[in-house]
Amino acid sequence: MKVLVAVKRVIDYNVKVRVKADQSDVDLANVKMAMNPFCEIAVEQAVRLKEAGQADEIVVVSIGSKSCDEQLRTALALGADRAIRVDTEDGPDSLSVAKLLAEVVKKEQPGLIILGKQAIDSDNNQTGQMLAALLDYPQGTFAFAMELTDGRVNVTREIDGGLQTVDLQLPAIVTTDLRLNEPRYASLPNIMKAKRKPLDVLTPDELGVSVAGKVKLLKVEPPAERQAGIKVGSVDELVDKLKNEAKVI
Amino acid sequence: MSILVIAEHDNSALKPVTLTTVAAASQIGGDISVLVAGSGCAAVAEQAAKIAGVGKVLLADDAAYEHQLAENVSRLVVSVAAGYGHILAPATTTGKNLLPRVAALLDVNQLSEVIAVVSPDTFKRPIYAGNAIATVQSEDAVKVMTVRGTAFDAVAAEGGNAAIETIGERCDAGLSRFVSEELAKSDRPELTAARVVVSGGRGMGSGDNFALLEKLADKLGAAVGASRAAVDAGFVPNDMQVGQTGKMVAPELYIAVGISGAIQHLAGMKDSKVIVAINKDEEAPIFQVADYGLVADLFEVLPELEQKL
Ligand SMILES: Cc1cc2nc3c(=O)[nH]c(=O)nc-3n(C[C@H](O)[C@H](O)[C@H](O)COP(=O)(O)OP(=O)(O)OC[C@H]3O[C@@H](n4cnc5c(N)ncnc54)[C@H](O)[C@@H]3O)c2cc1C
Ligand SMILES: Nc1ncnc2c1ncn2[C@@H]1O[C@H](COP(=O)(O)O)[C@@H](O)[C@H]1O
Repeated sequence: MKVLVAVKRVIDYNVKVRVKADQSDVDLANVKMAMNPFCEIAVEQAVRLKEAGQADEIVVVSIGSKSCDEQLRTALALGADRAIRVDTEDGPDSLSVAKLLAEVVKKEQPGLIILGKQAIDSDNNQTGQMLAALLDYPQGTFAFAMELTDGRVNVTREIDGGLQTVDLQLPAIVTTDLRLNEPRYASLPNIMKAKRKPLDVLTPDELGVSVAGKVKLLKVEPPAERQAGIKVGSVDELVDKLKNEAKVI
Repeated sequence: MSILVIAEHDNSALKPVTLTTVAAASQIGGDISVLVAGSGCAAVAEQAAKIAGVGKVLLADDAAYEHQLAENVSRLVVSVAAGYGHILAPATTTGKNLLPRVAALLDVNQLSEVIAVVSPDTFKRPIYAGNAIATVQSEDAVKVMTVRGTAFDAVAAEGGNAAIETIGERCDAGLSRFVSEELAKSDRPELTAARVVVSGGRGMGSGDNFALLEKLADKLGAAVGASRAAVDAGFVPNDMQVGQTGKMVAPELYIAVGISGAIQHLAGMKDSKVIVAINKDEEAPIFQVADYGLVADLFEVLPELEQKL
């Protein structure tokens, strides 16, 4: 079975982003970029399926500018076989991303498609669900565990009240939650090998999709900053402050 | 202009987040309908009909909707969507699973975790783990969005008298099947709705040690939360995780114990009214957002705090 994994290039999760002075957007100049942590988990899951003999080919896809090749190479170094980048400006809207991915899926015909549950820049948590809708595939979102059996996949999902298991017909979409697995690091020999793996570039035109977002970003502001408060010296002082100053207990 | 709100419920009772989603709908302005999709959920429709400001309740009662499978419910929502300019659902795991699917079927974008209504087509939502707030304007014909519960004040659960309309159409996509569910049982208030939340991090050291927090929580009538590190270490189940990728909470009082204060954790709790941090490391970033910080060993101060409350 072929597994397709969508990976997004985002700001490194350790970086605290700043808003530009003119409030037009966040400032990404000279900021460290990385693969979205949830996409790392998606790649790892695909690699584990291949190691277990349940997948025979892993194709990774990213949508964006040439800089995304860096994350595709990382995915190849982690064990993906081949990469596709759909060349767009950075930051197309989710519906366009889902439409482009849907066309790639139609070309590639994978049995399973794995995405991250959420990109940590936009915090959208929607692309996988949209892709599933466009393809009329079932979806196992926020996956905590998954098990492939004959033509189906069992996905245990992290939901607000606990865990829920659903049984999906293949092909299916799975989006990863943090506890699905712990991604490995790429070894140096694998990083070298990845440079020779195929990376194809497609355009939205070739896929017959027009990328036109109908959501306009009007303004980006910093959140209301919290002032650091005071340090109390003892439990008694804390209880006193909570009762008499903050009046919350 | 009409607005459709997707109710969140467990087939027997309406979840309070539905009331905050209706609150966002009333800020947009227009006739508000509530869709109750489920199985054996007529009682929920009765409750929804009483919500202040709701004009109509749509009841879709069928086994296909019992577990809110997105494949089925998205088709149902699309089948009733005509005439609505906005479709809203709470930004819970149920809403987040469903609504993007609805949006794509309607060929529109979705706005996630809306925290403010600026105008009927312009909204605010946090991005980058809440380190920036974006104001976005949607030119889509239908505005589809999930609403962050803690950002709106709930409308009254009583006072309305809406008509209930039954939807006969059955939307079963036949793509997915519910297998099982493991729901955490607790007598404590729900994390996202609690007035006080007591959370523990890796510093708690073990799951057993969470008993110290539970005692404190019992005294305060609080819910118990956790950092991702505490969940990953297996101290507590995943539904207790607070943060960018867990639950968003904004209680009157948040007590963070043995939590360092990573940006992903802060994203989920920094809108709390009063924050207390207990940590033995005086440099821990959590102190930068805490109103009251206590630099101490949690094992020494927790029993004392519990006793003195
Ligand atoms: C994509 C992504 C998403 C994430 N989402 C979330 C999320 O939703 N929520 C979340 O919480 N994290 C999230 N994280 C993880 C986050 O980055 C941190 O790793 C995590 O919050 C750390 O948890 P912690 O503070 O409990 O542990 P640590 O950072 O290890 O801190 C433990 C603290 O306990 C203190 N301590 C230890 N012993 C004692 C003692 N005896 N008495 C008092 N204090 C003590 C220490 O001084 C330390 O400050 C995410 C990470 C990624 C990459
Ligand atoms: N530009 C992109 N290129 C490739 N995959 C993407 C892109 N945007 C989103 N995704 C996928 O969709 C997931 C969820 O993203 P989002 O819905 O934006 O939060 C990510 O973890 C990726 O797997």
